[in-house]
Amino acid sequence: MRLTLPRFALLIVPMLLLARPALAEDLTIAAAADLKFAMAEVVEAFRSANPEDRVQAIYGSSGKFFTQIVNGAPFDLYFSADIAYPRELEQKGLTHGETRPYALGRIVLWSLDPGLAEVPLTDLPGAPIRKLAIANPQHAPYGLRAQEALRHQGVWEAMQPKLVLGENIAHAAQFVGSGAADAGIVALALVLSPTMEGKGGWTLIPADWHQPLEQGYVILPRAGDKALAHRFADYLASEPARAVMRRYGFVLPGEEGR
Amino acid sequence: MSHTDWLALVTTLELSAVTTLVLLLLGTPLAWWLARTSSRLAVAVEAVVALPLVLPPTVLGFYMLVALGPRGPIGGTLESLGLPHLAFTFTGLVIASTIYSLPFMVQPLKDAFAAVGARMTEVAATLRAGPWDRFFTVVVPLARRGFLTAITLTFAHTVGEFGVVLMVGGNIPGETRVLSIAIYDHAESMDYASAHLLSGGLLAASFLLLLTVYLVNRRYLLVHP
Repeated sequence: MRLTLPRFALLIVPMLLLARPALAEDLTIAAAADLKFAMAEVVEAFRSANPEDRVQAIYGSSGKFFTQIVNGAPFDLYFSADIAYPRELEQKGLTHGETRPYALGRIVLWSLDPGLAEVPLTDLPGAPIRKLAIANPQHAPYGLRAQEALRHQGVWEAMQPKLVLGENIAHAAQFVGSGAADAGIVALALVLSPTMEGKGGWTLIPADWHQPLEQGYVILPRAGDKALAHRFADYLASEPARAVMRRYGFVLPGEEGR
Repeated sequence: MSHTDWLALVTTLELSAVTTLVLLLLGTPLAWWLARTSSRLAVAVEAVVALPLVLPPTVLGFYMLVALGPRGPIGGTLESLGLPHLAFTFTGLVIASTIYSLPFMVQPLKDAFAAVGARMTEVAATLRAGPWDRFFTVVVPLARRGFLTAITLTFAHTVGEFGVVLMVGGNIPGETRVLSIAIYDHAESMDYASAHLLSGGLLAASFLLLLTVYLVNRRYLLVHP
């Protein structure tokens, strides 16, 4: 029998369909990269309380996820590091229900060399820092806030030639953690993670040097009638989940920061 | 096109040109040796040369970032000699690209050298042509299709690099921000007009480049069957 194109399609299409995972109730979360460790712990805790539920989180820059969601990415929940992104989705009618704030993020100056981590931002241009890593301000909220803080201290222009841009905040942190960049402005939540804690030193950057890192999440339309999505959202407001977020340095809605 | 996009185009062309030149200089003797040697080591060398074809770019990107940075073996050695390390530099990208595109230079050249065979050079040797003379006046003209393919593929493959650059580049305008990264950033920040412009341009240019090579190669075949 000759393998014509229709016969080939007849053969291949069912195989492709079979290769898709079964559609049990599972949850896919698109989360900002600063949540890499905190959300992983929350998800882990949720899983151990609900072992039959399948929840997975993917991490990346909030701007990237925004673009992907607008273009039909199959996510159920979207946790953005900048509440403006989910709000814009909401305005476009691309969400189920309204945007809810879940945390305020903070940025720190982090370096494997504890001495460098204590340099005031105004002295950065003269410090022995050849490369300073930040996230890409074009689409990563933490990058934008780092840019604002450097501007606020009047050193943005002077630091231009020394900046290296990570694709998201975890990528920028990896530049610092690998020692390739001498220092970086990264998320507090990342330097407080078990993998990075104790490596070098970090200094908190005052919150009033930049726009607040108000983080928000939404339930996306495809999860509108998924009970699991709503249960996970409820879990996030529960004390165990809040305790995890607090431990990662997030300021929670209705609470005072450090 | 914005100024930074122009800069990305120039950086991409520079990176591809320098990488191709470096690989031409390193890859030609390597391909020549591989085509001629009967050493048992050759198989292992060939496998190493082909590695970038099968490894994800992130593997190379990760090793490069670690090796070229100030705490890595290469970057660290340079630092101790008072030289700057190579992470997030154009030179670092050239090193990474040279490794990444190695098979695209070596494999076509090796095949071309093997096709030339030993007879031609032996005849030239009996006419008292020295080894360099034999290589440049006998082998190179006969292997010119291989050279054309190798140079074009290496250049085009370097233009198409993304994963490695993302990991060791750091997105510095005029230094490590290449077109593929610029397109990614435009797409991520919903600037579809710029993304379309760069993507469309790259698509058309790559097609024309490959079309030219295949046309030239086919004409050559017709003229020298």
